[in-house]
Amino acid sequence: MATDKLILPAARPRPWRLPVLANLRRLVGTHAFRLAALYFAVFALSVLGVLLFVYWTSADFVERQTEATLNAEVTGLAEQYAQRGLSGLVQVVAARSAGNRGDRMLYLVTDPQGRPLAGNIAGWPKGAPARAGWVSFTIAARSKGTLERDPARGALFIIPGGYRLLVGRDISDAAAFRNRVRETLSWAGLVALGIGLVGGAAMSRNLLRRVEEVNRTSERVMEGHLSDRVPMGGTGDEFDQLAQNLNRMLDQIERLMTAMREVTDNVAHDLKTPLSRLRARLELALLAPADEAGGIAAIGAAIEEADRLLATFNALLSIAEAESGAPRRAAQPLELGQLARAAAELYEPVAEEKGFRMSIAAEPGVVIRGDRHLLSQVLANLFDNALKYAGGGDISVRVFRAAGRAILEVADRGPGIAERDREVVFDRFVRLEPSRSTPGNGLGLSLVRAVARLHDGIVELGDNKPGLNVRLDFPELVK
Amino acid sequence: MKILVVEDDPETAAYLAKGLNESGYTVDRCGDGREGLYLASSGGYSAIVLDRMLPGMDGLQLLGALRASEIRTPALILSALGSVDDRVKGLRAGGDDYLVKPFAFSELLARLEALLRRGSSAPATTRLRVADLELDLLTRTVRRAGKSIDLLPREFRLLEYMMRNAGHVVTRTMLLEHVWDYHFDPQTNVIDVHVSRLRQKIDKSFDSPLLHTVRGAGYCLRPAE
Repeated sequence: MATDKLILPAARPRPWRLPVLANLRRLVGTHAFRLAALYFAVFALSVLGVLLFVYWTSADFVERQTEATLNAEVTGLAEQYAQRGLSGLVQVVAARSAGNRGDRMLYLVTDPQGRPLAGNIAGWPKGAPARAGWVSFTIAARSKGTLERDPARGALFIIPGGYRLLVGRDISDAAAFRNRVRETLSWAGLVALGIGLVGGAAMSRNLLRRVEEVNRTSERVMEGHLSDRVPMGGTGDEFDQLAQNLNRMLDQIERLMTAMREVTDNVAHDLKTPLSRLRARLELALLAPADEAGGIAAIGAAIEEADRLLATFNALLSIAEAESGAPRRAAQPLELGQLARAAAELYEPVAEEKGFRMSIAAEPGVVIRGDRHLLSQVLANLFDNALKYAGGGDISVRVFRAAGRAILEVADRGPGIAERDREVVFDRFVRLEPSRSTPGNGLGLSLVRAVARLHDGIVELGDNKPGLNVRLDFPELVK
Repeated sequence: MKILVVEDDPETAAYLAKGLNESGYTVDRCGDGREGLYLASSGGYSAIVLDRMLPGMDGLQLLGALRASEIRTPALILSALGSVDDRVKGLRAGGDDYLVKPFAFSELLARLEALLRRGSSAPATTRLRVADLELDLLTRTVRRAGKSIDLLPREFRLLEYMMRNAGHVVTRTMLLEHVWDYHFDPQTNVIDVHVSRLRQKIDKSFDSPLLHTVRGAGYCLRPAE
């Protein structure tokens, strides 16, 4: 039902309404936060593990020490009892209790009813059972003014006749030590966790900031600010590499966009003229009576004009295709000499007819990897140009190797191209002043350069003294 | 002879149908890929003129389906896509020829007729003959009225192609494609000069010319009336 979608539960409070909370939610949702949280959890667990280990080992050590002391004491008393009986034991206990040896040893011998016979404890300690074995109990602290009960641990023996012997030790020191350790370790743990938390947050914030920069730039570019670039951190780390790659991509996009805009402008401008001519011719044909020769001629001229327009479009499309740099399936090893001979063979008769001499000097075995059709078209364009502008003389084609590059040169004896114009003639629709009156679309050299670039080649215009020398320079295919 | 025109642009389709009708063919038209496949499969056509971009079913898919069901009706593909890659794709899909839009009707007719001839009878032949002109493919010699004529290799191939299409118009683009294997239009009249050189050799010293120029279309090799 459509209404279901429209009704929102009004009572439900909007979550994360506060900006702080919204920020927090955004933070929690990030990869950086999850990474930091994971890092923190692992860090906290290992700190906790280390601290617990330290605590248990130190506490255990103190306990063992107490037990060892008690054992030694008990062994000594057992010897006395064995040699001198109960009275001897009482004497030894009394003697040992009398001296304040500072070792916090506790002794007590009682009769079967629990009345003390000797020892340094006033009475049978509370909480101590009347069974033989290890006992824990508390005693009243005597050293301090206030009444305190210190923890103690000891061994209880039942001597034949029901007499009892308690050998113990005040372990308040050990307990204090253990408390101290616990306290220290807790603080250390807290500090470590604090550092971990701050470190994790800082790490995630830093990570987040770099990603945010990339995102912000992408958004700006999508909004149409094509010249924005991702800022670089200058450290050369992965984020810088990412930024660099993105920036290169943006450069490429900007270049293509600019080129496209220029082409569109040029096309609009340069196709208007032939289209208006075409229109004018058709209008003439329309005005002339249908059976009259003038009308037929005007229609024929209009078709020719349309054909020229189509040729221009085809040339533009070929250039665009070559410039897009799409990897070509048609690429194959090509012997430049053969390629040049085949193209020259097509042009030879027409050249001869127009008073030119064509000659080919090709070093054998100069091979490049390329598209036969496009490269043949390049040669055809160069021959067309020579035939159109040179007026006569030699058209020489040379194929040779120079510094590991494959060179193809087409030279004529015409007027050549002035040095200042040698770059601009490669632009689309550019026709130099003296040639404006001859037929042509100003796209021939644009295609030559686009195809050369597609083949990782360079095209250079030089002076043939006199004439034009077009030099194409390709990477040679090495077998 | 019946030709199927599968073309979704009504203006182009009407233009094709009119031209083909005037040239003596019966034409069926349809503007949808699936319908085109149905018509082509039901058979009875001597050739198909097929637009590449069609609603319902792409022209290349249509051809693929047709060839998969062993229907070998010759097909001429029309397309606005003119790169070599596009041609290769079209021919691989089962097309017999590929013509880039826009085109002159004379070009389409010449190519279509070449396809129809190829489809009907092409026995392996080693000797071509038009009137008193003879071309031997094995010895690679040409004789006219018993007199030997010396031709350059390219002139020989040019003549061979024209003799194989004797009596029919061949366009400059067809010659450039089939004799030179180039798919671009030179700005200079290179083909005309080649043809006129060939004409010098085969026609000049004989009474009746065989190689005729067809205005606005191309050339035709045929005996004089």
